[in-house]
Amino acid sequence: MPETNKKVLILSVNDEDKDIVFRPADTLLGVLRGKLGLTGAKPGCLNGDCGACTVLVDGIPMKSCIMLAIEAEGHKVTTIEGLINTKTQASFIKHFAFQCGYCTPGFIMVCHSLAEKQPHADKAVIKEWMQSNICRCTSYQEIEEAVASILAEE
Amino acid sequence: MIPVDFDYYKPESIEEAARLHEQLDRQKMLPLYYSGGTEIITLLRLDLIQTKAVIDIKAIHECREHILGEDYLVLGSSLTLTQIEERNAFPLLTSVSKEIADHTARNKITLGGNICGEIFYREAVLPLLLTDSLFVIGGPQGVKILPAHEAFQQTMQLGRGEFLIQTLTRKDFLGMPYMSVKIRQQWETGYPLVTIAALKAKGEIRAAFSGLCSFPFRSKRMEDELNRKDGTLDVRMDRALRHIPAPVLNDIEGSAEYRLFVLKNTLTDILTVWEVEQNA
Repeated sequence: MPETNKKVLILSVNDEDKDIVFRPADTLLGVLRGKLGLTGAKPGCLNGDCGACTVLVDGIPMKSCIMLAIEAEGHKVTTIEGLINTKTQASFIKHFAFQCGYCTPGFIMVCHSLAEKQPHADKAVIKEWMQSNICRCTSYQEIEEAVASILAEE
Repeated sequence: MIPVDFDYYKPESIEEAARLHEQLDRQKMLPLYYSGGTEIITLLRLDLIQTKAVIDIKAIHECREHILGEDYLVLGSSLTLTQIEERNAFPLLTSVSKEIADHTARNKITLGGNICGEIFYREAVLPLLLTDSLFVIGGPQGVKILPAHEAFQQTMQLGRGEFLIQTLTRKDFLGMPYMSVKIRQQWETGYPLVTIAALKAKGEIRAAFSGLCSFPFRSKRMEDELNRKDGTLDVRMDRALRHIPAPVLNDIEGSAEYRLFVLKNTLTDILTVWEVEQNA
């Protein structure tokens, strides 16, 4: 079925269904920020390189700048706003795993998914997953400590 | 933001996808097949490609198949690279795939998208070339199956309205000794100076390359030289390098001279390991 004339999209975001008027060319990042006011996912490179825009789709990290909003229909989207009071968030605060904080939501999303999917991940797996994100302030050591503490708890 | 509008279609069968493409093509909508879409979104954002309609093939059952059958491993073109890595039925493909982009990006990048994309590295094709895999292609004329070396010559050889549905790899290739190495100018993510995938099939070395020329390739002539029994490894290597099928890239990632230096050393390392093992 062509979706050409579809003007309203129902997106499940942070366990709530949202009706959104959209263009098929809208990225998930654009819709989350521009239509839903969820500004936690950050525009960085817009190219799929930096990871600042990472959200979870069915629990899997996705760079929302390289995903169309319409592709998320029928899936559960989780943004940083959906992780309030989680152990992942607390651990990043405890370990001061940020400086300017711009990249932090993306790191937290990847870390949260990793802890859920692979709670016993070894160092190589942690490195592989976390390499998807870039921190220009180079808080990598603190980020590594935060991630390690969450996995250790799991 | 993508500055242009396009229509989005999500067919559920090969026939419907092909029919849609024909129809949209007639309407001059410049239709594009869409799978992971990462490259299409980026190129549209930069106004480097044009389309008024994308046809998302992810709902087509055959494009999502992931089956280790009696004779073949079937990989649907819409499988993401991480889905292929996690199942790990094809260790050489896993090894090559793990070096493409980064883990989160590979949750979106698909096998078909990597092979059929505009960005010329297309590293996922290397293991498929080495294992004489088959490519299942759909289009207005129906479905056809072609050997990888026919379907992929520098780029995917797709006719108007055709798209990659699946790849088929004979099971006996999946367990053969392999090595893959991606050498970058620096860091651990990014485009390669050269990527080498190598397979040892019945004592003979097969090798395929990306990042060396402006297209990925497997060269039988290079393999013949590497497998010759006369001459030292160094001599065989020099003979093989004479058969690189196109000018070696000379760009910001690395000069042609440096790429050749890296290629020769890396290939020497691979062959040395295998030849030491063989003589042990």
